Amino acid sequence: MSIIPAPIVRFYHRTASPPHFYSLANKLLPWLVGIFILLAGAGLYGGLYLAPTDYQQGDSYRIIYIHVPAAWMSLFIYVIMAVMGAISLIWRMKIADVVLISSAPIGASFTFIALVTGSLWGKPMWGTWWVWDARLTSELILLFLYLGVISLYGAIEDKRTASRAVAILALVGVVNIPIIHYSVQWWNTLHQGPTVAKMDKPSIHIDMLIPLLLMATAFKFYYAIAMLQVAKVEILKREQNMQWVKKLVETKA
Amino acid sequence: MTPVRRQRLILILLMVAGIGIAVTFALKSFNENLMYFFSTTEVAEGKAPKDAKFRLGGMVVEGSVERPDRGIMVRFGLTDYNKQVTVEYSGILPDLFREGQGIVANGRLNSKGVFIAEEVLAKHDENYMPPEVAESLKEPVPEAEKQ
Repeated sequence: MSIIPAPIVRFYHRTASPPHFYSLANKLLPWLVGIFILLAGAGLYGGLYLAPTDYQQGDSYRIIYIHVPAAWMSLFIYVIMAVMGAISLIWRMKIADVVLISSAPIGASFTFIALVTGSLWGKPMWGTWWVWDARLTSELILLFLYLGVISLYGAIEDKRTASRAVAILALVGVVNIPIIHYSVQWWNTLHQGPTVAKMDKPSIHIDMLIPLLLMATAFKFYYAIAMLQVAKVEILKREQNMQWVKKLVETKA
Repeated sequence: MTPVRRQRLILILLMVAGIGIAVTFALKSFNENLMYFFSTTEVAEGKAPKDAKFRLGGMVVEGSVERPDRGIMVRFGLTDYNKQVTVEYSGILPDLFREGQGIVANGRLNSKGVFIAEEVLAKHDENYMPPEVAESLKEPVPEAEKQ
Protein backbone atom coordinates (compact mmCIF):
# COMPACT_ATOMS: atom_id res chain seq x y z
CA MET A 1 0.00 0.00 0.00
CA SER A 2 2.91 2.31 0.71
CA ILE A 3 3.71 2.83 -3.01
CA ILE A 4 0.29 4.32 -3.69
CA PRO A 5 -0.04 8.02 -2.66
CA ALA A 6 -2.29 8.64 0.34
CA PRO A 7 -4.93 10.80 -1.45
CA ILE A 8 -5.59 8.03 -3.99
CA VAL A 9 -5.97 5.48 -1.20
CA ARG A 10 -8.37 7.83 0.56
CA PHE A 11 -10.37 8.38 -2.66
CA TYR A 12 -10.53 4.62 -3.22
CA HIS A 13 -11.82 3.94 0.28
CA ARG A 14 -14.37 6.73 0.10
CA THR A 15 -15.69 5.61 -3.29
CA ALA A 16 -16.03 2.14 -1.84
CA SER A 17 -18.56 3.38 0.71
CA PRO A 18 -22.14 3.34 -0.69
CA PRO A 19 -23.27 6.84 0.51
CA HIS A 20 -20.19 8.44 -1.04
CA PHE A 21 -20.59 6.51 -4.26
CA TYR A 22 -24.24 7.58 -4.36
CA SER A 23 -23.48 11.29 -4.01
CA LEU A 24 -20.50 11.03 -6.39
CA ALA A 25 -22.82 9.47 -9.01
CA ASN A 26 -25.29 12.33 -8.50
CA LYS A 27 -22.54 14.89 -9.04
CA LEU A 28 -21.10 13.15 -12.11
CA LEU A 29 -24.34 12.37 -13.96
CA PRO A 30 -25.19 15.85 -15.39
CA TRP A 31 -21.63 16.18 -16.73
CA LEU A 32 -21.69 12.73 -18.28
CA VAL A 33 -25.05 13.43 -19.95
CA GLY A 34 -23.73 16.71 -21.38
CA ILE A 35 -20.58 15.10 -22.81
CA PHE A 36 -22.59 12.18 -24.19
CA ILE A 37 -25.01 14.48 -26.06
CA LEU A 38 -22.10 16.45 -27.57
CA LEU A 39 -20.17 13.36 -28.65
CA ALA A 40 -23.18 11.43 -29.96
CA GLY A 41 -24.46 14.51 -31.83
CA ALA A 42 -21.09 15.12 -33.46
CA GLY A 43 -20.60 11.42 -34.18
CA LEU A 44 -24.04 10.94 -35.76
CA TYR A 45 -23.79 14.13 -37.82
CA GLY A 46 -20.30 13.16 -38.98
CA GLY A 47 -21.19 9.55 -39.62
CA LEU A 48 -24.57 9.93 -41.30
CA TYR A 49 -24.05 13.25 -43.10
CA LEU A 50 -20.39 14.28 -43.49
CA ALA A 51 -18.68 10.93 -44.02
CA PRO A 52 -18.31 9.89 -47.68
CA THR A 53 -20.11 6.85 -49.10
CA ASP A 54 -18.20 3.58 -49.35
CA TYR A 55 -16.79 2.50 -52.73
CA GLN A 56 -18.54 -0.88 -52.56
CA GLN A 57 -21.38 -0.69 -50.08
CA GLY A 58 -22.65 2.81 -50.81
CA ASP A 59 -24.61 4.16 -47.86
CA SER A 60 -25.30 0.76 -46.31
CA TYR A 61 -21.93 0.78 -44.55
CA ARG A 62 -23.18 3.58 -42.25
CA ILE A 63 -24.60 0.94 -39.93
CA ILE A 64 -21.02 0.56 -38.60
CA TYR A 65 -21.56 3.78 -36.62
CA ILE A 66 -23.92 1.77 -34.41
CA HIS A 67 -22.77 -1.79 -34.99
CA VAL A 68 -19.04 -1.44 -34.29
CA PRO A 69 -19.28 0.79 -31.17
CA ALA A 70 -22.00 -1.53 -29.78
CA ALA A 71 -19.84 -4.60 -30.42
CA TRP A 72 -16.83 -2.92 -28.76
CA MET A 73 -18.99 -2.01 -25.77
CA SER A 74 -20.24 -5.58 -25.45
CA LEU A 75 -16.63 -6.72 -24.91
CA PHE A 76 -15.60 -3.67 -22.83
CA ILE A 77 -18.49 -4.02 -20.37
CA TYR A 78 -17.86 -7.72 -19.92
CA VAL A 79 -14.20 -7.06 -19.04
CA ILE A 80 -15.35 -4.43 -16.50
CA MET A 81 -17.74 -6.98 -15.01
CA ALA A 82 -14.95 -9.56 -14.71
CA VAL A 83 -12.61 -7.03 -13.05
CA MET A 84 -15.40 -6.04 -10.64
CA GLY A 85 -15.98 -9.73 -9.97
CA ALA A 86 -12.32 -10.20 -9.05
CA ILE A 87 -12.35 -7.10 -6.80
CA SER A 88 -15.53 -8.28 -5.11
CA LEU A 89 -14.14 -11.77 -4.47
CA ILE A 90 -10.74 -10.59 -3.20
CA TRP A 91 -11.59 -7.43 -1.25
CA ARG A 92 -15.31 -8.10 -0.57
CA MET A 93 -16.11 -4.61 -1.83
CA LYS A 94 -19.85 -3.92 -1.96
CA ILE A 95 -19.61 -1.29 -4.70
CA ALA A 96 -17.85 -3.75 -7.01
CA ASP A 97 -20.87 -6.08 -6.70
CA VAL A 98 -23.20 -3.19 -7.44
CA VAL A 99 -21.24 -2.09 -10.53
CA LEU A 100 -21.04 -5.70 -11.76
CA ILE A 101 -24.74 -6.41 -11.58
CA SER A 102 -25.72 -2.93 -12.81
CA SER A 103 -23.53 -3.39 -15.91
CA ALA A 104 -25.05 -6.72 -16.96
CA PRO A 105 -28.33 -5.50 -18.55
CA ILE A 106 -26.49 -2.69 -20.37
CA GLY A 107 -23.88 -5.10 -21.73
CA ALA A 108 -26.62 -7.50 -22.79
CA SER A 109 -28.39 -4.67 -24.66
CA PHE A 110 -25.22 -3.65 -26.50
CA THR A 111 -24.57 -7.29 -27.47
CA PHE A 112 -28.15 -7.57 -28.73
CA ILE A 113 -27.78 -4.34 -30.73
CA ALA A 114 -24.51 -5.56 -32.26
CA LEU A 115 -26.11 -8.87 -33.27
CA VAL A 116 -29.27 -7.28 -34.71
CA THR A 117 -27.53 -4.50 -36.66
CA GLY A 118 -24.99 -7.01 -37.97
CA SER A 119 -27.80 -9.26 -39.12
CA LEU A 120 -29.63 -6.38 -40.85
CA TRP A 121 -26.42 -5.52 -42.70
CA GLY A 122 -25.60 -9.14 -43.44
CA LYS A 123 -28.79 -9.82 -45.40
CA PRO A 124 -28.11 -7.38 -48.26
CA MET A 125 -24.29 -7.55 -48.13
CA TRP A 126 -23.50 -11.22 -47.46
CA GLY A 127 -26.84 -12.55 -48.63
CA THR A 128 -27.84 -14.07 -45.31
CA TRP A 129 -29.18 -12.94 -41.93
CA TRP A 130 -27.06 -15.34 -39.92
CA VAL A 131 -24.26 -17.88 -40.29
CA TRP A 132 -22.68 -20.05 -37.63
CA ASP A 133 -19.15 -18.80 -38.11
CA ALA A 134 -16.73 -18.32 -35.21
CA ARG A 135 -17.26 -14.55 -34.78
CA LEU A 136 -21.06 -14.59 -34.83
CA THR A 137 -21.31 -17.68 -32.65
CA SER A 138 -18.90 -16.41 -29.99
CA GLU A 139 -20.77 -13.08 -29.85
CA LEU A 140 -24.05 -14.98 -29.38
CA ILE A 141 -22.41 -16.93 -26.52
CA LEU A 142 -21.51 -13.55 -24.98
CA LEU A 143 -25.19 -12.57 -25.04
CA PHE A 144 -26.04 -15.84 -23.24
CA LEU A 145 -23.29 -15.12 -20.67
CA TYR A 146 -24.84 -11.73 -19.94
CA LEU A 147 -28.30 -13.27 -19.65
CA GLY A 148 -26.79 -15.98 -17.43
CA VAL A 149 -25.33 -13.35 -15.08
CA ILE A 150 -28.68 -11.53 -14.89
CA SER A 151 -30.74 -14.65 -14.24
CA LEU A 152 -28.26 -16.20 -11.78
CA TYR A 153 -28.36 -13.00 -9.74
CA GLY A 154 -32.14 -12.99 -9.85
CA ALA A 155 -32.44 -16.67 -8.94
CA ILE A 156 -30.56 -16.51 -5.62
CA GLU A 157 -32.52 -14.96 -2.76
CA ASP A 158 -29.58 -13.91 -0.55
CA LYS A 159 -27.88 -11.06 -2.44
CA ARG A 160 -24.46 -11.68 -0.86
CA THR A 161 -24.42 -15.27 -2.10
CA ALA A 162 -25.85 -14.11 -5.42
CA SER A 163 -23.08 -11.51 -5.83
CA ARG A 164 -20.40 -14.12 -5.19
CA ALA A 165 -21.91 -16.58 -7.67
CA VAL A 166 -22.24 -13.88 -10.31
CA ALA A 167 -18.64 -12.73 -9.77
CA ILE A 168 -17.39 -16.26 -10.44
CA LEU A 169 -19.57 -16.61 -13.55
CA ALA A 170 -18.28 -13.26 -14.86
CA LEU A 171 -14.68 -14.43 -14.35
CA VAL A 172 -15.30 -17.80 -16.01
CA GLY A 173 -16.89 -16.14 -19.04
CA VAL A 174 -14.00 -13.74 -19.56
CA VAL A 175 -12.13 -16.41 -21.59
CA ASN A 176 -14.70 -15.79 -24.33
CA ILE A 177 -13.51 -12.18 -24.81
CA PRO A 178 -10.17 -12.91 -26.55
CA ILE A 179 -11.95 -15.65 -28.53
CA ILE A 180 -14.44 -13.11 -29.90
CA HIS A 181 -11.71 -10.62 -30.72
CA TYR A 182 -9.35 -13.07 -32.45
CA SER A 183 -12.00 -15.35 -33.98
CA VAL A 184 -11.69 -13.63 -37.36
CA GLN A 185 -7.93 -14.26 -37.40
CA TRP A 186 -7.77 -17.76 -35.95
CA TRP A 187 -10.44 -19.30 -38.18
CA ASN A 188 -12.00 -18.84 -41.61
CA THR A 189 -15.08 -16.76 -40.96
CA LEU A 190 -17.64 -15.00 -43.10
CA HIS A 191 -17.24 -11.94 -40.88
CA GLN A 192 -14.43 -9.69 -42.08
CA GLY A 193 -11.18 -9.17 -40.20
CA PRO A 194 -10.46 -6.21 -37.90
CA THR A 195 -10.52 -2.75 -39.52
CA VAL A 196 -9.48 -0.50 -36.64
CA ALA A 197 -8.33 -2.63 -33.68
CA LYS A 198 -5.14 -4.10 -35.14
CA MET A 199 -1.40 -3.45 -35.09
CA ASP A 200 -1.39 -2.17 -38.67
CA LYS A 201 -2.81 1.16 -39.85
CA PRO A 202 -6.67 1.13 -39.77
CA SER A 203 -8.10 0.02 -43.15
CA ILE A 204 -10.71 2.76 -43.12
CA HIS A 205 -10.57 6.23 -44.61
CA ILE A 206 -9.86 8.94 -42.01
CA ASP A 207 -13.12 10.83 -42.77
CA MET A 208 -15.04 7.66 -41.91
CA LEU A 209 -12.87 6.77 -38.92
CA ILE A 210 -13.26 10.02 -36.94
CA PRO A 211 -17.09 9.76 -36.55
CA LEU A 212 -16.66 6.09 -35.68
CA LEU A 213 -14.26 6.93 -32.84
CA LEU A 214 -16.58 9.76 -31.69
CA MET A 215 -19.48 7.31 -31.55
CA ALA A 216 -17.35 4.75 -29.70
CA THR A 217 -16.48 7.36 -27.05
CA ALA A 218 -20.12 8.51 -26.86
CA PHE A 219 -21.17 4.89 -26.21
CA LYS A 220 -18.65 4.70 -23.33
CA PHE A 221 -20.29 7.76 -21.75
CA TYR A 222 -23.74 6.33 -22.36
CA TYR A 223 -22.65 3.20 -20.51
CA ALA A 224 -21.38 5.28 -17.57
CA ILE A 225 -24.70 7.16 -17.40
CA ALA A 226 -26.89 4.06 -17.62
CA MET A 227 -24.70 2.06 -15.22
CA LEU A 228 -24.64 4.81 -12.56
CA GLN A 229 -28.42 5.15 -12.71
CA VAL A 230 -28.97 1.42 -12.27
CA ALA A 231 -26.27 1.38 -9.57
CA LYS A 232 -28.01 4.18 -7.62
CA VAL A 233 -31.23 2.18 -7.45
CA GLU A 234 -29.32 -0.98 -6.54
CA ILE A 235 -27.49 0.84 -3.71
CA LEU A 236 -30.76 2.21 -2.31
CA LYS A 237 -32.30 -1.26 -2.43
CA ARG A 238 -29.36 -2.88 -0.65
CA GLU A 239 -28.97 -0.17 1.98
CA GLN A 240 -32.65 0.52 2.60
CA ASN A 241 -32.32 -0.12 6.33
CA MET A 242 -29.32 2.16 6.74
CA GLN A 243 -29.50 5.52 8.46
CA TRP A 244 -28.28 7.57 5.44
CA VAL A 245 -30.96 6.16 3.12
CA LYS A 246 -33.72 6.88 5.66
CA LYS A 247 -32.42 10.42 6.00
CA LEU A 248 -32.34 10.81 2.22
CA VAL A 249 -35.95 9.63 1.92
CA GLU A 250 -37.05 11.98 4.71
CA THR A 251 -35.46 15.05 3.11
CA LYS A 252 -36.90 14.16 -0.30
CA ALA A 253 -40.42 13.55 1.08
CA MET B 1 -2.41 -7.11 0.81
CA THR B 2 -3.40 -9.43 3.64
CA PRO B 3 -2.53 -13.15 3.30
CA VAL B 4 -6.23 -14.06 2.95
CA ARG B 5 -6.70 -11.62 0.10
CA ARG B 6 -3.49 -12.74 -1.59
CA GLN B 7 -4.73 -16.32 -1.38
CA ARG B 8 -8.04 -15.35 -2.97
CA LEU B 9 -6.22 -13.46 -5.74
CA ILE B 10 -4.04 -16.51 -6.48
CA LEU B 11 -7.11 -18.76 -6.49
CA ILE B 12 -8.90 -16.50 -8.98
CA LEU B 13 -5.86 -16.28 -11.25
CA LEU B 14 -5.50 -20.08 -11.14
CA MET B 15 -9.19 -20.50 -11.96
CA VAL B 16 -9.07 -18.15 -14.97
CA ALA B 17 -5.79 -19.70 -16.20
CA GLY B 18 -7.21 -23.22 -15.82
CA ILE B 19 -10.36 -22.39 -17.75
CA GLY B 20 -8.28 -20.61 -20.37
CA ILE B 21 -6.08 -23.69 -20.88
CA ALA B 22 -9.09 -26.03 -20.99
CA VAL B 23 -10.85 -23.87 -23.58
CA THR B 24 -7.65 -23.57 -25.64
CA PHE B 25 -7.34 -27.37 -25.85
CA ALA B 26 -11.03 -27.75 -26.67
CA LEU B 27 -10.81 -25.17 -29.46
CA LYS B 28 -7.60 -26.73 -30.82
CA SER B 29 -9.24 -30.14 -31.09
CA PHE B 30 -12.33 -28.69 -32.79
CA ASN B 31 -10.21 -26.44 -34.99
CA GLU B 32 -11.43 -27.95 -38.27
CA ASN B 33 -15.09 -27.76 -37.29
CA LEU B 34 -14.66 -24.08 -36.43
CA MET B 35 -13.41 -23.30 -39.92
CA TYR B 36 -16.36 -21.83 -41.73
CA PHE B 37 -15.19 -22.88 -45.21
CA PHE B 38 -12.64 -24.92 -47.18
CA SER B 39 -10.09 -23.11 -49.34
CA THR B 40 -9.84 -23.88 -53.07
CA THR B 41 -6.40 -25.47 -52.53
CA GLU B 42 -7.89 -27.92 -50.02
CA VAL B 43 -10.63 -28.81 -52.51
CA ALA B 44 -8.19 -29.20 -55.41
CA GLU B 45 -6.03 -31.48 -53.25
CA GLY B 46 -9.06 -33.61 -52.40
CA LYS B 47 -9.23 -32.72 -48.69
CA ALA B 48 -12.87 -31.64 -48.91
CA PRO B 49 -15.71 -34.19 -48.49
CA LYS B 50 -16.60 -35.95 -51.77
CA ASP B 51 -20.27 -36.76 -51.25
CA ALA B 52 -21.35 -34.27 -48.63
CA LYS B 53 -22.27 -30.62 -48.69
CA PHE B 54 -19.55 -28.22 -47.61
CA ARG B 55 -18.66 -24.55 -47.91
CA LEU B 56 -16.00 -23.27 -50.26
CA GLY B 57 -14.40 -19.85 -49.90
CA GLY B 58 -12.15 -17.82 -52.16
CA MET B 59 -11.77 -14.90 -54.51
CA VAL B 60 -13.80 -14.68 -57.72
CA VAL B 61 -11.28 -14.78 -60.58
CA GLU B 62 -11.24 -11.56 -62.62
CA GLY B 63 -12.97 -11.99 -65.99
CA SER B 64 -14.19 -15.50 -65.22
CA VAL B 65 -17.88 -14.75 -64.54
CA GLU B 66 -20.05 -16.00 -67.43
CA ARG B 67 -23.67 -17.00 -68.04
CA PRO B 68 -23.29 -19.93 -70.46
CA ASP B 69 -27.02 -20.45 -71.24
CA ARG B 70 -27.84 -16.72 -71.08
CA GLY B 71 -30.07 -17.77 -68.17
CA ILE B 72 -29.88 -17.50 -64.43
CA MET B 73 -26.99 -19.98 -64.13
CA VAL B 74 -23.62 -18.30 -63.49
CA ARG B 75 -20.25 -19.98 -63.84
CA PHE B 76 -17.09 -18.50 -62.36
CA GLY B 77 -13.63 -19.47 -61.19
CA LEU B 78 -12.78 -19.29 -57.50
CA THR B 79 -9.18 -19.04 -56.32
CA ASP B 80 -7.00 -18.56 -53.25
CA TYR B 81 -4.18 -17.39 -55.58
CA ASN B 82 -2.83 -20.95 -55.55
CA LYS B 83 -5.38 -23.42 -56.97
CA GLN B 84 -8.60 -22.66 -58.84
CA VAL B 85 -12.02 -24.35 -58.66
CA THR B 86 -14.93 -23.78 -61.07
CA VAL B 87 -18.26 -22.93 -59.42
CA GLU B 88 -21.76 -23.05 -60.92
CA TYR B 89 -24.70 -21.36 -59.27
CA SER B 90 -28.33 -20.71 -60.17
CA GLY B 91 -29.90 -17.99 -58.09
CA ILE B 92 -29.69 -14.40 -56.95
CA LEU B 93 -26.19 -13.17 -56.17
CA PRO B 94 -25.64 -10.84 -53.17
CA ASP B 95 -24.90 -7.11 -53.64
CA LEU B 96 -21.21 -7.46 -52.94
CA PHE B 97 -20.64 -10.27 -55.48
CA ARG B 98 -18.03 -8.96 -57.91
CA GLU B 99 -14.97 -10.20 -59.74
CA GLY B 100 -11.95 -9.99 -57.47
CA GLN B 101 -14.12 -10.14 -54.31
CA GLY B 102 -14.21 -12.85 -51.67
CA ILE B 103 -17.24 -15.17 -51.51
CA VAL B 104 -18.33 -18.27 -49.62
CA ALA B 105 -20.40 -20.84 -51.54
CA ASN B 106 -22.34 -23.72 -50.00
CA GLY B 107 -22.86 -26.84 -52.10
CA ARG B 108 -21.16 -30.03 -53.32
CA LEU B 109 -18.68 -31.20 -55.95
CA ASN B 110 -20.02 -33.02 -59.00
CA SER B 111 -18.20 -35.87 -60.76
CA LYS B 112 -16.26 -33.48 -63.00
CA GLY B 113 -14.84 -31.59 -60.02
CA VAL B 114 -17.11 -28.58 -60.57
CA PHE B 115 -18.57 -27.10 -57.39
CA ILE B 116 -22.37 -26.87 -57.68
CA ALA B 117 -23.38 -24.11 -55.26
CA GLU B 118 -26.80 -23.95 -53.64
CA GLU B 119 -26.06 -20.68 -51.88
CA VAL B 120 -23.52 -17.93 -52.50
CA LEU B 121 -22.57 -15.44 -49.75
CA ALA B 122 -20.35 -12.43 -50.30
CA LYS B 123 -17.47 -12.03 -47.86
CA HIS B 124 -16.84 -8.39 -47.21
CA ASP B 125 -13.24 -7.32 -46.64
CA GLU B 126 -12.12 -4.94 -43.90
CA ASN B 127 -11.53 -1.93 -46.18
CA TYR B 128 -13.74 1.14 -46.04
CA MET B 129 -13.06 4.10 -48.32
CA PRO B 130 -14.80 6.67 -50.51
CA PRO B 131 -15.20 5.80 -54.25
CA GLU B 132 -12.67 8.46 -55.33
CA VAL B 133 -9.98 6.93 -53.11
CA ALA B 134 -10.74 3.43 -54.40
CA GLU B 135 -10.52 4.75 -57.96
CA SER B 136 -7.13 6.35 -57.36
CA LEU B 137 -5.85 3.17 -55.68
CA LYS B 138 -6.83 1.11 -58.71
CA GLU B 139 -4.78 3.05 -61.25
CA PRO B 140 -1.77 4.56 -59.52
CA VAL B 141 0.65 3.80 -62.38
CA PRO B 142 -1.03 5.56 -65.35
CA GLU B 143 -1.69 8.66 -63.26
CA ALA B 144 1.94 8.88 -62.28
CA GLU B 145 2.93 8.47 -65.93
CA LYS B 146 0.61 11.30 -66.98
CA GLN B 147 2.37 13.67 -64.66
